[in-house]
Amino acid sequence: MRIGIIIEREYLTRVKKRSFLLITFLAPLFFAALMFLPAILMTNSEKFETKKIIAVCDESTLFNGKLENTDANTFIYIDKSIDEAKQLVKDGVYDGVLYIPGTKLTVPTNAELYSIKQQPMTLTSHIRSSMKQIVEHQKLMSSGIDPAIVKASATTINIQQIKMNEKEGGEQKSFSEFEFLLGLILALIIYFVIFIFGSQVMRGVIEEKTNRIIEVIVSSVKPFELMMGKIIGIALVGLTQFLLWGVLTLAISGIASAFLPTQDVFSAGTVMSEQITEAGINPNNPDTLTEVFEIIHSINFKDILWCFLLYFIGGYFLYSAMFAAIGAAVDNETDTQQFVTPISLLLVIPMVCSSIISTAPDSSFALWMSMIPFTSPVGMMLRIPFGVPIWQVVLSVALLYATFIVFTWLASKVYRTGILMYGKKVSWKEIFKWIKY
Amino acid sequence: MNYLEINNVSKTYGTKKVLNDISIKVPKQSIYGLLGPNGAGKTTLIRILNQITMPDSGQVLLDGNPLSPNDIAKIGYLPEERGLYKKMKVGEQAIYLAQLKGMDRKEADKRLRQWFVKFDIANWWDKKVEELSKGMQQKVQFIVTVIHEPKLLIFDEPFSGFDPINVNLLKNEILELREKGSTILFSTHNMSSVEELCDNIMLINKGEKILEGSVYDIKQRFKNHTYDVVYKPFDGSEEQHLTVNSTNPNELIRDIIEKGKLVSFNEILPSMNEIFINLVSSSNQ
Repeated sequence: MRIGIIIEREYLTRVKKRSFLLITFLAPLFFAALMFLPAILMTNSEKFETKKIIAVCDESTLFNGKLENTDANTFIYIDKSIDEAKQLVKDGVYDGVLYIPGTKLTVPTNAELYSIKQQPMTLTSHIRSSMKQIVEHQKLMSSGIDPAIVKASATTINIQQIKMNEKEGGEQKSFSEFEFLLGLILALIIYFVIFIFGSQVMRGVIEEKTNRIIEVIVSSVKPFELMMGKIIGIALVGLTQFLLWGVLTLAISGIASAFLPTQDVFSAGTVMSEQITEAGINPNNPDTLTEVFEIIHSINFKDILWCFLLYFIGGYFLYSAMFAAIGAAVDNETDTQQFVTPISLLLVIPMVCSSIISTAPDSSFALWMSMIPFTSPVGMMLRIPFGVPIWQVVLSVALLYATFIVFTWLASKVYRTGILMYGKKVSWKEIFKWIKY
Repeated sequence: MNYLEINNVSKTYGTKKVLNDISIKVPKQSIYGLLGPNGAGKTTLIRILNQITMPDSGQVLLDGNPLSPNDIAKIGYLPEERGLYKKMKVGEQAIYLAQLKGMDRKEADKRLRQWFVKFDIANWWDKKVEELSKGMQQKVQFIVTVIHEPKLLIFDEPFSGFDPINVNLLKNEILELREKGSTILFSTHNMSSVEELCDNIMLINKGEKILEGSVYDIKQRFKNHTYDVVYKPFDGSEEQHLTVNSTNPNELIRDIIEKGKLVSFNEILPSMNEIFINLVSSSNQ
């Protein structure tokens, strides 16, 4: 099989490249670093900092002796004017001075922190929260309310969304924030992968055209075989990369977590969940955390992975066939833009509308986005974690693959004419003419 | 026996007729010159033979049978615009191209190494193509064209980019290939190499065949009865060189031997170059 020989060459020349090896082996290190570095830094940051002595110049006298000392900071109360205190900072006696203006009659809400060096965020946030507590306590006391009562009355309301499963009658706890995030990550991966590997196909075609090897090759194999060989070869490069990334990331995180105390790994989780907090999850609430894990277990990752692969292959083939046609139509990479831009827009649309799709995954807009073959690889990835009826997935995949067959056929016609055409500024009109040949 | 026959082939791109009812017969083990100015339709004709393009009408017979996809392995093609993958190693690439022509990997490796030795380029095997000069790359391309021992070889401007020594090497290789049984189609603008190598030629212009035949017959047909005469007059004066037009060489000789001793008498045949220029410019009018 000649196409096998082509696939082999396309695959091996790329996999043997230094840049491929570098990216394949460095990226998992980078992922792992991204996961563990914050944890390592956070747990160790206080050790790196030298102990700081902060003078407190409190005109309101409210905070005297009440600001808590930490590992990194010691607060010392001085009975001096702020100007004297500032002078002491300049002389290096203290690292900084916290000035709380006011009188004994007012409740202070402002403070100023003077220091020679910029002080870390952890210090200001510690001061802020300490002061807040003290002031609130003070206010409650002065109104005659026992702060303990207020504390006891604080309530958090959790609303659980339960998805009803018609067929099995089972019920699953749904957690749209997590699904939103998962969908977004999957969509982003598919989006980038299609562009990265699709443009590799395009560059490969342009290379063959500009170095003029093309005529020798098409005298041995059909242009269609060459085009498909290239597309398949590069797809295999992509799959190899995914596989290696997956294996290596798991291996590295495995090694890393073996060397790190479990507590650190746990705090790495909290670092990540800080971003989730904005979406509404409170990581400090142990109930929520276990719920997150429950949700993670309830999502069918195997099905999602299969869908991801199906849409990656379908979407990649559809777009790379178009990219191959573009590569064949132009003489060099700088001419590709006028063709690449409108085609890329097709894939950008669902990406831009990702929040609309994710917030209403069952809306008709989301449905259309996950059905139209050009947008479905991204559109469906956004929806899939929320659960999509099987008929929709089947229909969408069928549409995608049918379109990719039609477009590969059309692209091969453009490709066949384009690869042997030199020195011609090609327009869209010209390309449509080639399809008719 | 004709190894290649092209019968009434026509091809139109859009409204432009690129080939109009072209027919040629290429005898087995001969070298056939495909001549014509730029844009005459030579490349299109060659692409039809390589099944890169399909003719609108007409038929191509190879060894008596209509051209089929299996014939790819029987044809070796060296295009005018030729290149190689720059980042690939020379040997690896040559094997790849040989495999595409249907050769077995081991066999290709073995034969290629022999050719590399023959062309004195064995030490380039593991070099990347981008490290080679253009002339070196041409050698590799030539080897790749002939490696699968095709019965029909198509060379499009094979000598461009070669120095005179390598042109000579290549000419000898081409002649040797013919001796071994290959039929060769040869497209070029270099008329001196046509006279040197070709048995038959065809001249096309604007998609039309304007001349066909053996190089000898064509020269005979276009001769204008000019003779180059050298004789030494009987009066002992200097040797005389004359260029004379005459329809009756016997009479001419008779006249000369009366005047002096005939030193040489040659008919001046038109060069292929002149025939080419005359025919193309008159057909353009």
